[in-house]
Amino acid sequence: MNEIQKKLKYLKRLIIMTTLSAREGHIPSAFSILDIVWVLYDRIMKINPIFPQDCDRDRFILSKGHGSLALYAVLAEKRFFPSDELFAFAKYDSRLGGHPDCNKVPGIEASTGSLGHGLPIAVGMALGMKLRKNSRRVYVLVGDAECNEGSIWEAVLLAAHHKLSNITCIVDYNHSTDRALALGNLEAKFISFGWNTSSVDGHDHNALYVAMNQTANDRPTAIIAETIKGFGCTIMENNPAWHHRIPTDDELPEILEELA
Amino acid sequence: MRKQFVKTVEDLMALDECLAVLLGDIGVFGFRNAFKLYPDRTYNIGICEQAMTGLGAGLAKEGFIPVFHSIAPFVVERCYEQLKIDFIYQNLQANIVSVGSSYDYAGLGYTHHCPGDVPVLKALPGIEIVVPGTAAEFDYLFRMAYNDKNLTYFRLSEQSNDQDQKVKFGQATVIRQGKKATIIAVGPTLSSVIEASKRFDVTILYYTTVAPFDANTLKENCDSGKIMVVEPYYSGAITADIHRCFKYVPLIIETLGVSHRVITNYGHAAEHDEAFGLTVQNIETRLEELINA
Repeated sequence: MNEIQKKLKYLKRLIIMTTLSAREGHIPSAFSILDIVWVLYDRIMKINPIFPQDCDRDRFILSKGHGSLALYAVLAEKRFFPSDELFAFAKYDSRLGGHPDCNKVPGIEASTGSLGHGLPIAVGMALGMKLRKNSRRVYVLVGDAECNEGSIWEAVLLAAHHKLSNITCIVDYNHSTDRALALGNLEAKFISFGWNTSSVDGHDHNALYVAMNQTANDRPTAIIAETIKGFGCTIMENNPAWHHRIPTDDELPEILEELA
Repeated sequence: MRKQFVKTVEDLMALDECLAVLLGDIGVFGFRNAFKLYPDRTYNIGICEQAMTGLGAGLAKEGFIPVFHSIAPFVVERCYEQLKIDFIYQNLQANIVSVGSSYDYAGLGYTHHCPGDVPVLKALPGIEIVVPGTAAEFDYLFRMAYNDKNLTYFRLSEQSNDQDQKVKFGQATVIRQGKKATIIAVGPTLSSVIEASKRFDVTILYYTTVAPFDANTLKENCDSGKIMVVEPYYSGAITADIHRCFKYVPLIIETLGVSHRVITNYGHAAEHDEAFGLTVQNIETRLEELINA
């Protein structure tokens, strides 16, 4: 196991422990996106934890806000706020809620939770940055089930129409949508809307890194990241029962052992 | 008012490089000069009000001041959650300017009616709601409030009062003072209220800002404990504000506005006013009843 793999396992244990005291959190959704968020913050984005509102920064919006535990774990690891604060997660006066709040948490660009909001906001930020001749980039992570929302496709149209080459939308394609609405070939859909696209294994860091760097000069970029909900934790993987469930005392040792 | 809206915004766009106009495929011809003069800040976003609102929030995050414009049901009700989440929750500023208030597009039917705009928007904490009574009042109020860091709703109307009043954002105007009752006239209802109350010894307060509600002016001008509200949207939107002004003081409040029902008629706005009793004659009758109550 290399250092990055060890780090990611540590972050997953941290996420599990974070949920225990509040008995709250969407653990499988966080595990689904953790690799994507890590690659963004560790290898792709220009960030400044000391001045999180620095104009010369890349922006990241977690449109599927219920994956907040992954984002919090990475932000804490990158020192946007102390790791100890994770253990206040979802408590009454905590800064860290079940969905992220941009007015409370350093490094959070948009308050999300209700699905279908983050991508339109990201498109507006990309347009604003283009008008301001800001050369940084906007990254936005949406869920596949979130792509059921009409506002997502309105925003996909708008980004292509305005030739926003400074936005990358990553779809966490963990197939949450499959039980409700068939999305079909998502990459083909983005292509038909005029986006530059690629499909990758959303848990393969090098593949993600390559895809995140393959942008186009005249179009927005979409990355369809095939992921496994609950990735790395066998009892949670692709198990809908775990969507919003916290481990019991009996389940915890086995989970932590697998993540050791 | 609509022509004034275009003129006011175009004037301000020349002065304020942060102002950006986002149209929901409505008012495109009206803003033809802005499209030429400020192409980077004037957009016909298309018929996608949810994403238009979210996109505007993104622009606001990057320091712009969006002005959204469409017909009231589409720029208020269609994208209500975007206003709540993308602006109120994120604490961002923008301006919404609607046309078609209540039933100005009477012939187009219920899909284009929007008498519920003010009541539903009042449920958003911190929103500012402006109902100007004339074009000049819109111009003055917009210039006062468009850049005040809040989400502000401006409700344009096809109906205007006969005279401009000295209005101020967030503050009611005392039109006249009397003893028997206090009438609150909201926006374009003022001319009718003045005409209807000619023979009565009553106070008339003119509200062009209904949120935040100016409690002080009402407290200082209501010794009678009898209040009549004449409002051009679903009636009752400011009744709770009025009650909060007079804790433990019994009040008699008469509300006269659009009745809370599905409106399936067409015709003209004046016919709807007639049906809902928003006429000089009915205001006069109800006022007399209130005074004698």
